[in-house]
Amino acid sequence: MTFEPKQTTERVLALAALVVAALGPVIFNDYWVDAILTQVFIVGIAAASLIFLAAYGGMISLAQTALMGSAGFMIGNMVTVGEGGGESKGLTLGWDPTLSLVLALIGTTLLGMIFGAVASRSFGIYFLMITLTFSVITFYFVGQVTIVSGFSGIGGIDRYTPGFVGDIVTDRYRLYYIALGVALGVYALIRYVGRTPFGVSLQGIRDEHVRMTSLGYVVPLHRMLAFGFAAFLASLAGILLVWWQGQIAPGDVGLGATIDLLIVAVIGGLGRIEGAWIGALAFIVINNYIRDSWLTELLDTLRIGGSFNTIIGVVFLLIVVLSPDGLMGLWDRAWSTVRRPRGGSGVTVASPAQHG
Amino acid sequence: MQRPLRLFGRVLLAAGIGFVLLYILVIAEPPPEFGGNWRTTSFGSALDDWHSFTRTLLNGLTAAGLLFIVASGFSLIFGLMRVVNMAHGSFYLLGGYIAYEVQQDMTGQGFTLVGSEVNTWEWVFPALVAVAVIGAVGLIVQQVFLRWNQGQELRQALITIAISVILADQVIAHFNDGIAVSVTWPGWTERLVELPLLGIDYSVARLVVLFLGLAVGASLWAWLHRTRTGMVIRAGVDDQQMTSALGVNIQLTFAIAFIVGSALAAFGGVVGASQGAVASGQDGQWLLNSLVVVIIGGMGSLLGAAAGSLLYGLVFAFSAVYLPTTGNDCCTQYSIVVTFVLLALVLAVRPHGLFGREA
Repeated sequence: MTFEPKQTTERVLALAALVVAALGPVIFNDYWVDAILTQVFIVGIAAASLIFLAAYGGMISLAQTALMGSAGFMIGNMVTVGEGGGESKGLTLGWDPTLSLVLALIGTTLLGMIFGAVASRSFGIYFLMITLTFSVITFYFVGQVTIVSGFSGIGGIDRYTPGFVGDIVTDRYRLYYIALGVALGVYALIRYVGRTPFGVSLQGIRDEHVRMTSLGYVVPLHRMLAFGFAAFLASLAGILLVWWQGQIAPGDVGLGATIDLLIVAVIGGLGRIEGAWIGALAFIVINNYIRDSWLTELLDTLRIGGSFNTIIGVVFLLIVVLSPDGLMGLWDRAWSTVRRPRGGSGVTVASPAQHG
Repeated sequence: MQRPLRLFGRVLLAAGIGFVLLYILVIAEPPPEFGGNWRTTSFGSALDDWHSFTRTLLNGLTAAGLLFIVASGFSLIFGLMRVVNMAHGSFYLLGGYIAYEVQQDMTGQGFTLVGSEVNTWEWVFPALVAVAVIGAVGLIVQQVFLRWNQGQELRQALITIAISVILADQVIAHFNDGIAVSVTWPGWTERLVELPLLGIDYSVARLVVLFLGLAVGASLWAWLHRTRTGMVIRAGVDDQQMTSALGVNIQLTFAIAFIVGSALAAFGGVVGASQGAVASGQDGQWLLNSLVVVIIGGMGSLLGAAAGSLLYGLVFAFSAVYLPTTGNDCCTQYSIVVTFVLLALVLAVRPHGLFGREA
């Protein structure tokens, strides 16, 4: 076995990150644990579902936010109680939380398969546009259909968690470790699926879908199933999200939220799954610390006006202009620059941007 | 195995469309005094209430006119340059706000501007300013951000998304906090005319929208099919490299097409702001509208944009009125689902849209 300095470095870094994450509540203050890191894990899972489709399937999906939100709306409608102590909107079915959890996961996966079936014969930029319409349609659906949500959304969902999850309203560390565990599970699952025959043929479709068709693979079916799998991952993120913020509203699936998730994935890098959580960390830290900083004051003094969104837009613009495959791409490129003088083989990265 | 399945699908589709037409024309019933069933709609069928039917039809057509103005610009840019301009909705929004500001300055009336105090020029000039400004913005975006990365479709889409994020925030910062504003139609449009043959009164302003849509369509057609620039654009849509190899300055053509496409978004914004209002957040809605139209109609085709607008506009108008209205919760609020069904059906039969070609 040859010594791979890049791989070794990455493993050491990953292990260190894991140790830090496991000791999170000891190292960081409560604000960081609850508001930042838990959110990073959750948003990272959603971004990972997007990156999975991009890196393994060559599909840039803008429907992941909608699917994530759908899971939240489903569980919100199922678990909350209407009359007698409940104040929530929605259907307020008051079902058993464990059953609701399972149904929300299955329901979102099925919804993802329907979306996938409609979009599965479209490629590249067409796929992106079609999934964007799914996302916007979901937003208007939950906004208009008042019996399932309406404009103000559903609240108080975090009080109805399954027994094995326990109380997450007062015990926030519990939610932190659940989110961490699910995030690790999702990462492992994606790596595993990528190596199964299904995952390998999916990558074949990414690179040469015409050739795969002539080899006898049913391309639309593969892409639909991949979309369904990604919807399942997104639904996990959605359920954690409603537990974390306690409520779900149409704004969580709006165009802004959709673009935010895409920004997270692009900052991290669309080629590698790890990028999801790195992008989420970068985005959420920027989100928390630039909102009222010298940068927003700079906008005022320059008389440009605008808020945090202008800054995040400019940051996003700079990233796509300078490094389209994000921070992970920057990392990979840095290593291949270091290695090139010694005549190494260089690093090959699956970059969906070239297959889009 | 595939063929009988496809035949079954086609039969099912035809039966579905047939049922919807029958429902609108015959089956639907006006609301009874109490309750209602699956046949109950706001006005009943076309046989029950012919006037409401024609009015809905005209509403659909005028909506299609506005849709076409906006979406044809989107389609033009995509067809020639393969750029999905995600900032198209922002251009729409910005166009509406600029026209509003200019009109307010011209008339000096402040918020309570009534139609009778606005003459035609006071509508046309703000529209021209908005069109010119957004055309220039489009040119800058194209030259600075899109010219050097031609062919990288995803990267270009991401760049325009970033621009739309910035523009959406800047609109809130500089235009009335992003609160809904309306451009005022000139006074002579603020009345109803009785339409011959149909026997209904209909708003002149809406007919003007329909006329503007048709005028934009006709001018675009004449431009693309009867002038040299149009010829070059069509050649560029078919084969970009070959066209530039023949000595045509394709970069100049790209710039022109981007200016025209952006200007159409702004013009649509002015018309939309006159017809209803523009408000912060509508950029997403108009991006959706443009996307749906070009996905249905087929991307980069003028005919496709027209067909997509017509289909989408009609489905939108009819689903708001002819879905059953049983009880408080059903069913007109589900009209957005009909849009999704339309999209899914068209893509199931023709993956590249009605008039689209393989990319």
